[in-house]
Formats: sequence, structure tokens, C-alpha cells
Amino acid sequence: MQALYAQLLVGLINGSFYALLSLGLAVIFGMLNIINFAHGALYMMGAFVAYFLLNNDYLSIGYWPALIVAPIVVGIFGMILERTMLQWLTGLDHLYGLLLTFGIALIVQGVFQNYFGSSGLPYAIPDQLKGGMNLGFMFLPVYRGWVVVFSLIVCIATWFLIEKTRLGAYLRAATENPTLVRAFGINVPRMITLTYGLGVGLAALAGVLSAPINQVRPLMGADLIIVVFAVVVIGGMGSIMGSIITGFALGVIEGLTKYFYPEASNTVVFVLMVLVLLVKPTGLTGRAA
Amino acid sequence: MAETATAEAPPKPAAGGNILQVRNLEAWYGESHILHGINFDVNAGEVVTLLGRNGAGKTTTLKSIMGIIGKRTGSVKFNNEDIIRATSDKIARMGIAFCPEERGIFSSLDVRENLLLPPVVRAGGLPLEQIFDLFPNLKERLNSQGTKLSGGEQQMLAIARILRTGASFLMLDEPTEGLAPVIIQQIGHTIARLKKEGFTILLVEQNFRFASTVADRYYVVEHGKIIDGFANADLAANMDKLHTYLGV
Repeated sequence: MQALYAQLLVGLINGSFYALLSLGLAVIFGMLNIINFAHGALYMMGAFVAYFLLNNDYLSIGYWPALIVAPIVVGIFGMILERTMLQWLTGLDHLYGLLLTFGIALIVQGVFQNYFGSSGLPYAIPDQLKGGMNLGFMFLPVYRGWVVVFSLIVCIATWFLIEKTRLGAYLRAATENPTLVRAFGINVPRMITLTYGLGVGLAALAGVLSAPINQVRPLMGADLIIVVFAVVVIGGMGSIMGSIITGFALGVIEGLTKYFYPEASNTVVFVLMVLVLLVKPTGLTGRAA
Repeated sequence: MAETATAEAPPKPAAGGNILQVRNLEAWYGESHILHGINFDVNAGEVVTLLGRNGAGKTTTLKSIMGIIGKRTGSVKFNNEDIIRATSDKIARMGIAFCPEERGIFSSLDVRENLLLPPVVRAGGLPLEQIFDLFPNLKERLNSQGTKLSGGEQQMLAIARILRTGASFLMLDEPTEGLAPVIIQQIGHTIARLKKEGFTILLVEQNFRFASTVADRYYVVEHGKIIDGFANADLAANMDKLHTYLGV
């Protein structure tokens, strides 16, 4: 039983990253109509920014400030990408955005690999989150519990922002009909840039959260993003809550598979993706791309 | 919140003052040249109607004024400021509001969110109570999904949401299209009342019987040009010509 709970926890943690990343992808796809293949590279950048902040002799900025600073830094980088490149793809086929962001991902990952190789750099768990708790039925490392709880809070907050606030109403409306929203006096291009920054910031936040668990590696995002795209395909691109729930659920399913049939644990998500595509090509909660 | 607008009526510009001046307006949809030099004026407080057949360029004229046609040339002066190069968000903030033909109700927003979506651009918009007074149906359906409303209710919502922004110049594109006579009548009353409140309205209509109940003046659009114009008082005298123009 211990092993089952341990795998469930691993599943929830992976699910946290899936949820944060697929949420950002869904937000970006909704507003920009771009399938952001650079998402994994930006997640990796978030982890690296946290690493630099900590290991720079002048800065020595620790984990807690990095949770805020890294998403902002990477978010600004993303907004520069949007202003200089992505905005010119408005109205073109999805394929162009996919190819452009894929190219960006390769360049970013290549640059980091050139300087840091492929091996992982360690990032220490902050003192306040070290150690573990005995829950009776299992041993819970505090940091891992924190990742799950904090991701859930961020996901719910993002959902609330988009579904329940005035700013979110602008976002949803601009997703449907940007021309009309602009004709109401709202600066839609600026809103699109900020939305991309938000989605990218979520990826960077996931990167910071992941740094103490998975180490900091130039290809950490490349490995993860493939699974995240499968998650997005299963959940559907259009829905915010859908991508959160699917993210966590698939993490857990993966964890359970690791316990019951470990051989399939790396493929279960893709098998599910194929099944969903056969039955409901727009995903469980999504709208047509 | 900014949307609790004051109860005062929109400022009434000097009677007869020229609020919109369109000169030699040309516009293109991609490669196709739609407007070939549109010229007309709207005075403050008037209801002016653009008449014309399908495809004559009426909607394109409104969209060009609103700044949502990419390629446009000529001059559009609003309150003596040339807005031909301005982006549509800037134009909206100058006090021009647009109600599109397809109504543009957002399905991912409920009625309340649809109603409150356009930001207040200046003081003097209608307060919500007055809007609900004009359109009582909307008040009962505030929590419904926007596109679950009937066609008539959607049209009312599309008009209602631009009344609270403080824009005093409204462009309504075929507000009666596809609606039942009793609802057309209600929209007619609304336009008359808005005129009394001091709004200036530029209306696109195919239904000139409806237009004649609200309009002060008409312009006839054909092949992307204004080919005629007359006052409502001269409507009867121009009826034969109008039948030829509109092919009815």
C-alpha cells in the first residue's frame, strides 16, 4: 500500500506540472490561436532563472523571491517574443505558429545546452520546506506536498481570473471576436501580449517549482512538453477548468499505472490520447481548433 | 466602479453642429475595392439612415468609420478630428459606438457580462436602471448565456451595451433584420427615445418603412458611392426614385 500512495503522490506532482503547463497553453491558444511549442523551453528557462538568481554571487536570491521574479523575467522574454515575432502570424494557419515556436524552443534549448551541457544542475529545497511528515499511511516529503497545494492554488486563481472577473470577461470576449472587442475601446493587441506573458509566466513558475525535484537541465522542458501536449489533446484546448482537471487526472492515472502495470506508465497518456481522438477529436472539454 | 455612470444626459452639442464629416472615403476588403469615394455629413442629434441594396457598401461605410476595415483612405472627421488613421479602440474612446449587423453577442459571457463589457469611455452614458427601463427583458435574463437569448433580445442587448459607455454617436447596422414586427416596433421606440436623450445615430437599414419612423435624413448608397440624399419630409416625393434604387 505504501508504494501505491507514493506513486499517487508522484502522479499528483507530475499532474501539478501538467496542469500548470497545459493551463498556460490553453490560455495562449485561446487568445493568440497559437500552439505554443516553446512552452517547454520557457518552463526550463524559469528553472534556470531561479538557478541563476540563487547562484549569482551578487544576487543570491533564494527560492521564495524566485517564485515571483522568475515568472516575471521569463514572462517579459515571452512578451518580447510575442511583440517581435508571434504577432505577425495573426490570421495565419496554426502550422506557422507551431513551426515558429518549435524553432524558438530549439534555439533556446540549444543555447542553454551549449553553456550548461545536458546534465542536471542541483537546486536545493528551501529550508522551510525540507523534511517530511508522517501521515500514518505514508511519508510525505513537505516540498512535494507544497508543490501540489501551491499549483492547485495557482490553477484555481487563474481559473477565477479568467472566468469570474471583468478582465477575464475581456479575455473571453476577445477570444471569440477580437475585432469587436477592440471596437469597444479595448486595446486588444496589448491584451494579447499580456496574455502570452501570463501563459509563459505560468510555465516559468512550474519550472521554479520543479527545480528542487527534477534538477535544472536544458532539456527538462523538451521531455515534459510532449506529455503535456498529449494532456492538452485529451483535455481539449478551449477550456480552462478542463485543462486543470485533465492535468491533475492524467498525472494520477500515470502514477496508478506505475503501481499496477509499470511497463505501461510511459505510454498510458498517449494511449488515452489515441482513444480520446478516436471518440471525441476536439478533446473531452474542448472546442474545435 | 467606473460603470456607475451619472444620470445626466449626454452633452447636447450645439443644434445642427456637424459631428461627422465623411469625405472621399474609399475602402478595400483584401483585393476588392468596396467604397469608391463616400461623402456625407451627420449633424449632432440627428438620426441619419443609409439606404441601399445588399452589397452596396453600407456596412463597409460603418466599419470604415469605426476603423475596423484594414485598408481605407479619404477623410473621416469626428468632432473635427480626422480619425481615418486611428485604430478602432482609439475611435471608440472618442465616443463612437458600433452595433454590428450580426449583433456580436459573446457566447462565453453571460448577459450581465455582455452588457458590462464595453468600457465606459466618457461620462454621460445611460445608467443601468434606465437601460433596464428600455429593455425590461434583459433584466430578467442577466444570468443566461448571451447567445441563449432570442434574436430580438440579442439585438436589445447589443444596443443596450453601447448605451452605458457614454458614447454619444451610435452606429446601428440593420437593427431590425430578421425580427418580429412587435420587436421592430420596440426598437423604433428605443431609437426615438435615444434621439430625445441627445444621441446622434447613424443607421443602416434595408427596411425603409421602419427607417421612415425614426430618420431625419437619408442617404442612398450604391456601388460604394452616395448617389442621393433627402430629408424625411421629402420621403413621399422621392418614393418612386427610392423604389428604383432599392429595387423594391
